Amino acid sequence: MMDQGNRWRGVFNDYSNPSFMDLLRREAPHLMPSASPAPQEVPHEPPHGTTVLSVRYRDGVIMAGDRQATAGFQVASRRIEKIFKADELSGVGIAGAAGPATEMAKLFQTELEHYEKVEGENLSLEGKANRLSQMIRMNLPAAMQGLIVVPIFAGYDEKAGVGRLFKYDITGGRYEETNYDAQGSGANYARDSLKKLWKRDMARDDALRVALEALFDAADEDVGTGGADLVRGIFPSVKMITRSGFAEVPEDEVRRVCEAVLADRARNATGS
Amino acid sequence: MPLPYYVSPEQMMKDKAEYARKGIARGRSIVTLEYADGILLVAENPSTLLHKISEIYDRIAFAGVGKYNEFENLRIAGIRHADVKGYSYSRGDVTAKALANAYSQALGNIFTQDIKPFEVEVLVAEVAEANGSKNEIYHILYDGTIEDEHNYAAMGGQADEIRRFLKDHYREGLPLGDALGLGVRALTVTQNKTLSERDLEVAVLDRTKVQRKFRRIPLEALGQLLGAAR
Repeated sequence: MMDQGNRWRGVFNDYSNPSFMDLLRREAPHLMPSASPAPQEVPHEPPHGTTVLSVRYRDGVIMAGDRQATAGFQVASRRIEKIFKADELSGVGIAGAAGPATEMAKLFQTELEHYEKVEGENLSLEGKANRLSQMIRMNLPAAMQGLIVVPIFAGYDEKAGVGRLFKYDITGGRYEETNYDAQGSGANYARDSLKKLWKRDMARDDALRVALEALFDAADEDVGTGGADLVRGIFPSVKMITRSGFAEVPEDEVRRVCEAVLADRARNATGS
Repeated sequence: MPLPYYVSPEQMMKDKAEYARKGIARGRSIVTLEYADGILLVAENPSTLLHKISEIYDRIAFAGVGKYNEFENLRIAGIRHADVKGYSYSRGDVTAKALANAYSQALGNIFTQDIKPFEVEVLVAEVAEANGSKNEIYHILYDGTIEDEHNYAAMGGQADEIRRFLKDHYREGLPLGDALGLGVRALTVTQNKTLSERDLEVAVLDRTKVQRKFRRIPLEALGQLLGAAR
């Protein structure tokens, strides 16, 4: 038994802390992603997730990502999922070292859910974005060794009634983007594409088309990014976050838009 | 130095149990009913901010009666238990049974070791994934006694009367509205008043929901359901 003095000293720290990360650090430190020191040398070419992007439109935000994980010059996985639901009103798209990035997404999900259950209400979008920023900072030692994780965070801000998106750097720096952003090895191409195609207050279908066009451009130029795989029937994963929540765009619809984009491009190809 | 008085262990336990029971009997009651699509929890609770019913995990809900700060403490401990377990294993590995056992251990230890026992009863309910498998409802008393209940459960001051009422009136496979009507009638069985939606806190573990089955029924929807059941 603890002595009486200590028993109540930490009372507020202990009882009112709704953070799952702090709980894990206290009770199961071996489960923290940053528990073990970063390796001096990173194993040869761990799998990397490549391109994810987020686009703001009339009803909220779209998040999309290709499905390929790349290890060096090889395909590590063709069906990896890079866009995760963070909670009902937000999502996180991961780019960078696939292992730590997936773990970070899982910890982030649990963190938000834990807060929601303990407190009985949701964190603000700003609060969620900050929390993710702190997680990325925790990963800095590993990032210095090459295991870089740089997610995109997007969500629907209930107070403001708009979709918002945030990008990060490896030190946990957090920057809000107003219209669109992309992250990962094909990000530059996707961003260039979005720069030309993005319009204010796009409708859902237009936004979906723009997001997929950008992913096609990224896959076209970047060897790490996967395109639509018609043979295996693998298509980019696309999620929409609106007032009514986080929803996956059905694969059939993504397939139809992908085929339309490909048909248009085939028709306009000049042979270059 | 004066010697402490000798109190026999039997007497001590009896006094503690009586103390805890008195505390619990002062509070309002909670009923739980299995209905067609899951498990319904109904509490008499005029506060919309201080909850007696809450979500623990995907398929698990918690309800507590008695002293608010004590069951609130247990509620948060339960969420912590479930989240750490779900994070380190998988979401499917978090079960009501393990949680109910943890509560039972904690309450049992507090009852025997601390001077003041917890004046609470808690309930842990888990909705079955498919229609065929069984729902689980565990009822844990202030001294760590644990019981698994079927079809319905009641806790709080008038629990015995409520249980008797439900024994006579409960039917399996009730739709939500009817189950709610029955639950509310059960809560008022010892009182000469009707409960409106403003006096109630209602939540369900709804099997038809995806992943997180817990859902609070907001005031407006509650009014409609009650109106239809009357």
